[in-house]
Amino acid sequence: MTLITALPHQVTSFDGPALDRLMPMHLRLDAGGVIQSVGPTLLKFLPEGGVLGRPVAEVFAQRRPTVTLRMEDLRAKLGATLHIGLVDDPGLVLRGLAVPTGAEGLLINLSFGIWVNEAVRRHSLTVADFAATDLTVEMLYLVEAKSAVMHELRNLNLRLQGAKVVAEEQALTDTLTGLRNRRALDMRMKDLLQHRQTFGLMHIDLDFFKQVNDTLGHAAGDHVLREVARILTEETRTTDLAARVGGDEFVLVFPGLTDPKRLEHIAARIIERLSDPMPFDDALCTISASIGMTVSVSYDHPQSEQMLADADEALYASKRAGRGRAHFYIGPPSP
Amino acid sequence: MHGLINRSIQCFLRDTYGAAIWGRVGREAGLGFDSFEPMLTYDAALTDAVVAAAAKLLNRPRETVLEDLGTYLVSHPSTEALRRLLRFGGVSFYDFLHSLEDMPERGRMALPDLDLPNLHLTEVASGDYKLIVTSPLPGAGHVMVGLLRAMADDYGALVLLDHLGGGAEAEVVGIQLLDHRHSKGRQFHLGGWSAP
Repeated sequence: MTLITALPHQVTSFDGPALDRLMPMHLRLDAGGVIQSVGPTLLKFLPEGGVLGRPVAEVFAQRRPTVTLRMEDLRAKLGATLHIGLVDDPGLVLRGLAVPTGAEGLLINLSFGIWVNEAVRRHSLTVADFAATDLTVEMLYLVEAKSAVMHELRNLNLRLQGAKVVAEEQALTDTLTGLRNRRALDMRMKDLLQHRQTFGLMHIDLDFFKQVNDTLGHAAGDHVLREVARILTEETRTTDLAARVGGDEFVLVFPGLTDPKRLEHIAARIIERLSDPMPFDDALCTISASIGMTVSVSYDHPQSEQMLADADEALYASKRAGRGRAHFYIGPPSP
Repeated sequence: MHGLINRSIQCFLRDTYGAAIWGRVGREAGLGFDSFEPMLTYDAALTDAVVAAAAKLLNRPRETVLEDLGTYLVSHPSTEALRRLLRFGGVSFYDFLHSLEDMPERGRMALPDLDLPNLHLTEVASGDYKLIVTSPLPGAGHVMVGLLRAMADDYGALVLLDHLGGGAEAEVVGIQLLDHRHSKGRQFHLGGWSAP
């Protein structure tokens, strides 16, 4: 049995059920534009009560642009992609192709195009609503599979981002005291110098720390270092940087602060607080601190290494002068 | 082995036996990390080590662990996405069975480097099939037994499944489809998926 006989450019004979299975979204019109048959899937989108025998323009409209659907326009567009919607449903745009039939009528095959996800959801379409040759279901599969993969990738990215933040924090932190480390100090000074921002620099070395370690043990020493860190954090602003750069050596950076009087005042407070005996178990740990300072505005071309070396020299001047005090670097200004 | 496969073994152990068991399995297998990342690739030996460690710690045969893994992949709420993707294989268990050979290719559509087992279905007699399973993971046939049993339930089909043995090259699973409309099964809507 021949179900469909196709001549070049003209379909002449149809068998309804066969057409329904091959093209479940077809629309067949007679010469006057009256609806002769509608595929079963397309039928799910049409008004209840049926559309057979009604003029196509009452049910369907052209889209892009939206105009009345007329037979002469359809005939003029044979072989070209049509965009067709429902008069009652402005949101729906179907894609289609019209071919002429024997009795001056038209056969139009429609598809959902990119709108398919929404269509499937809205009308609970099943595999049976699509022709066996239609790849729509594969596309739906792919959309779901890709979404599941994207979901996993998004989770992976969040985990990696979290791990990165932790790793960066660890890379810049002194694990014993929670202060910044030498690496963080170098980065901050480089950044300040690069942006030509002025800053004060303070190099602190604890006095008598070795005695605490030797007489009361490393646990006491660690306790003292943590207490020092706490005091240094309290005596600096959040925008300042406090770093532990050696066993009992610390460096403070004060962005925007280059007034010697104010820096001396801060240094004095730090020495005063660090000199308070720190209780540990039943013992008292007594230390002090010597400080050397310099400021970026003392240099024509300030450089990290030079400033650190000068602060260090000032620190040893403080040590030589009897410890528990602070000195500014005084010397021939560096070139 | 693809991280997604390793991760699903991890989730199976965690969801079925608890996080503590998974932690012990990971240590026993010598992973050196807490968790597989589903979107990374791992040495195939690690997958084998995890399965061996799980069998040892749970004191169950390796075959049983793998079969339970297959069932878990389809029936656990946390693997609903996978169940749905498998259901795209066909409207009935019969269709699903005949789409099994597409499974690796369907997997690669989603993830080009996903190494799913190669599957080959032959019909011995009417309703009597043999599935040849080729996979880098020894015992993948047992995973397929568990997965097919759960999928048959999902479709409402009545089947008899048997692992018929086979070596490292290929394993054979015997499938007898007794009734493909035995019970109602679970529903599947094409548009029933919701973003996680």
